[in-house]
Amino acid sequence: MTWDWSAVGDFMPRFWDGVLVTLQALVLGSLIAFALGLIWAMAQRSPLKVVRWPVVAVTEFIRNTPLLVQLFFLFYVLPEWGVTLSALTTGVVGLGLHYSTYTAEVYRAGIDGVPVGQWEACTALSLPRSRTWGAVILPQAIRRVVPALGNYVIAMLKDSPMIAVIGALEMLGQARQFTASTFQPTEPITVVGIAFILIAYPASLLMRALERRLVR
Amino acid sequence: MSAEKNPSTTANGGTNPAVDGSELIKFDNVTKRYGSNVVLDNLCFDVSSGKHVTLIGPSGSGKTTILRLLMTLVKPDEGTIKVAGDYLSHEEKNGKLVPAGERHQREVRKNIGMVFQQFNLFPNMKVLRNITEAPVHVLGLGKDEAEQRARELLEMVGLTDHIDKYPSQLSGGQQQRVAIARALAMRPQVLLLDEVTSALDPELVAGVLDVLRDIAHSTDITMLCVTHEMNFARDISDDVLMFDAGRVIESGAPEKIFTDPEHERTREFLSAVL
Ligand SMILES: Nc1ncnc2c1ncn2[C@@H]1O[C@H](COP(=O)(O)OP(=O)(O)OP(=O)(O)O)[C@@H](O)[C@H]1O
Ligand SMILES: [Mg+2]
Repeated sequence: MTWDWSAVGDFMPRFWDGVLVTLQALVLGSLIAFALGLIWAMAQRSPLKVVRWPVVAVTEFIRNTPLLVQLFFLFYVLPEWGVTLSALTTGVVGLGLHYSTYTAEVYRAGIDGVPVGQWEACTALSLPRSRTWGAVILPQAIRRVVPALGNYVIAMLKDSPMIAVIGALEMLGQARQFTASTFQPTEPITVVGIAFILIAYPASLLMRALERRLVR
Repeated sequence: MSAEKNPSTTANGGTNPAVDGSELIKFDNVTKRYGSNVVLDNLCFDVSSGKHVTLIGPSGSGKTTILRLLMTLVKPDEGTIKVAGDYLSHEEKNGKLVPAGERHQREVRKNIGMVFQQFNLFPNMKVLRNITEAPVHVLGLGKDEAEQRARELLEMVGLTDHIDKYPSQLSGGQQQRVAIARALAMRPQVLLLDEVTSALDPELVAGVLDVLRDIAHSTDITMLCVTHEMNFARDISDDVLMFDAGRVIESGAPEKIFTDPEHERTREFLSAVL
């Protein structure tokens, strides 16, 4: 087996297309996972059973079924209901939705970790619910779960090749397509492997910087 | 709305006396149970406006539960509680008493401030924000006005220099004094104090008690105080209520209760703590 630099060169245009898709999936998927997970976690604390119960059921269901099944479902079933999304959008939504059920657990642990005295102080001061959550509980809960959230960003990066199955060709998908026509797997796969490290490392540095800022 | 019945009580300045001279707090046959454990047993008592009342009694006798009922942290199983003429745990709808909704409770509770044993300051906010948060977002005060009020209170509790610190940078005694300032910033008519010095190192207790003495003597705020500091109780109290097993077994002026109690249980209790 020999290393062919010209194959690397030939792969580059597709590679950059793939990088773009991977980064979009990672960034947008993380944002959805962070936001939606927070909503799930807060809804699970709702005083209303009609809010709590369905949220628990839906998040348990999503967390316990494979991401792959969810991606296929979104891709093939949503259009039947009249919702057509691009492959990338579907992939982003799928990743974000799936990981939101993990981040919800993380947030939940963070919220549970806020001493009950903080809630009681909010009651004693008659703070409205919005301030109780927004100014007191969440700032304390989130800063202690940033490291755990960061781990899920990395996990999501590693799961991102799955969106290729619905045609959102991220880095690995591009490499496989390239290989299918050139029969040169070594170079593109190696490039992609290195690229994953080069994305994961700054991403974890970023999360760590965020952690330092928030955890005081 | 029950407010119609008593329009004078909807204002929330700690300075205007409530329903003149009459009861500011009224417990009427209040029963509270946890499972089969009857914590408060048909409890009746009231506190007149401006009075300082101390609750004493053995551990588990229900003192904290009374304060938590007033703070709406727990609900009574039977009976009613009135604060400044308004039902706290209930509200009147079409002439009937129904369990109070969130909004009604919030309105009545604005008359009440509480200081906790564990301070419960917000660790993510500096001292100043701890004090201004509720006045700004609950009473609707402007930021400048709220900060002005906070500065005055910090001066009163002797912490002007610490305005820009986080609670974790303060000693327990300092944190508790901030917590007192935070409660007072809402200008409540009633201040609830639940063993506010028992989490403190012994050398820090005096500073906090001095602040409370000062408040008791220089304001007309009503105080309901649970404490094991009997000297402090003697100093500030108009009335002492001795609790046992969810009932008031004896009440009276501190001189009487502390020197010449009627009840055997009171005598036992005092000899154990004094
Ligand atoms: N959340 C709860 N669940 C079950 N039982 C409770 C709860 N809170 C209080 N109790 C019980 O209610 C009784 C009264 O408790 P309370 O805290 O009012 O007593 P206390 O007079 O304040 O005692 P202490 O001097 O020890 O603080 C106790 O028997 C306690 O075990
Ligand atoms: Mg207690």
